[in-house]
Amino acid sequence: MQKIFILTLFIIISLTNSNNAYSISPDVFIQSTVNRASQVLSEKISKEEKINKLKLIAKETVDIRGVGFYSLGAARKSLNDEQKNTYSNLFESYFLKSFSSRLAEYTNPEIEVRNKKILNDTYTIVNSVLIATKDRPEVKIDWRVYTKNSDNPLIRDLIIEGLSLARTQKEEFTSILNSNDGNINALFEILEEFSKN
Amino acid sequence: MRTLKIIFLFFFLTANALAGSDGKLELSKKNESTKDCFEPLNRATFALNQGLDKAILKPVSKSYRALPAPIKRGTSNVLNNLSTLITIPNNVLQGDIKLAAINTGRLVVNTTLGILGIFDPASEMGFPKYVKEDYGQTLGAWGVGPGCYLVLPVLGPSTIRDTAGMFVNVMGGDPYYNISVNGNNEYLDGELFAVTKILSGVEFRANNIESLDNLEKNSVDFYASVRSLYTQDRENKIKNIQRGSIEVIFKEDGDWEEIDTK
Repeated sequence: MQKIFILTLFIIISLTNSNNAYSISPDVFIQSTVNRASQVLSEKISKEEKINKLKLIAKETVDIRGVGFYSLGAARKSLNDEQKNTYSNLFESYFLKSFSSRLAEYTNPEIEVRNKKILNDTYTIVNSVLIATKDRPEVKIDWRVYTKNSDNPLIRDLIIEGLSLARTQKEEFTSILNSNDGNINALFEILEEFSKN
Repeated sequence: MRTLKIIFLFFFLTANALAGSDGKLELSKKNESTKDCFEPLNRATFALNQGLDKAILKPVSKSYRALPAPIKRGTSNVLNNLSTLITIPNNVLQGDIKLAAINTGRLVVNTTLGILGIFDPASEMGFPKYVKEDYGQTLGAWGVGPGCYLVLPVLGPSTIRDTAGMFVNVMGGDPYYNISVNGNNEYLDGELFAVTKILSGVEFRANNIESLDNLEKNSVDFYASVRSLYTQDRENKIKNIQRGSIEVIFKEDGDWEEIDTK
């Protein structure tokens, strides 16, 4: 009886610990992500190498597929499965290139996580600041973190000084679609072209 | 002349309120996204502005950036001090009398102790951080919607409402304009007014050289990116939302809720 009790207790403790062991707080996740990126940017390696390392970090920490479908706006509802797959692949290449080359311009940016606000089970907003230097003032950066799977939080948006990058991306894609009578292939071509150059 | 300006403004507001709106008054609607009713014309003007920027504004801004820091800081302080002349009446029009009083105090301190605004002793004395207001923001705060998006030659992104706000400046809403252009005095004139406005543009451009270059390089539709950032910025300013506020984040929640790709 005692053995069964100990075994049961062991299983319960193990399960409880395993739940907690991998759960990452969104603010810790963001601080760790920016520290990783910052370390890459301060390394004495070529810009190409930096971009490749930043792409790996982005793949692990950003919900690229989610951002992609959000950016597509209402048009995402009318895509078939094949178009969805094509779009996801094209968007990923576009996003990684755009994101990493934007970041690679900075050298050793220091970002400090200051606060977090849990919106609901799915989203937490993490507030941070890009510390001021002699060349530029402090910049507020908020991160929309998707926390549906608390073991694997993912970034879905960056809000820089109140300006949402995901919303900007969505309005950019909407404009392209509107200019091309809603033809998704036009957007595919533009994304492909961007990634090639 | 003033009557003519008022008639023009009225015509401008009314005509554009109806543009592309199926007869509904766009300007009376609040919280609606900005429509790009004149997109082909706007894109052409945007291309023109980009040409002017590359040929004139950007090189001048780069030269401005090379000036010694004290000169840039002094220029920035003077321009900010002059802008309080527009901010104060807008604080009043938005019902923020306390802030109007604070900004009046700031103006007096910086114009006197700060030697015509070259220095900013008010900030050192503990005055709250200065936030600019304009007539476009006041119209927005009163419930006037943005109307159609506009790209103005040389001046850049705007909306019908914000352009109307700019007209208020030259119709008596900007004391600095009144004194320098209509004041008939020996110290200030229209040319000096124009120089300060040009300097404001150069200063803005100089502060954003890298970020605009980066945005252009990484955009698949630079025009649409600029339009989005302009409209987001104006929405935040009109609602007096502190930058990085949670209200910005909630605004987009509906669309995010639909995305579930995991």
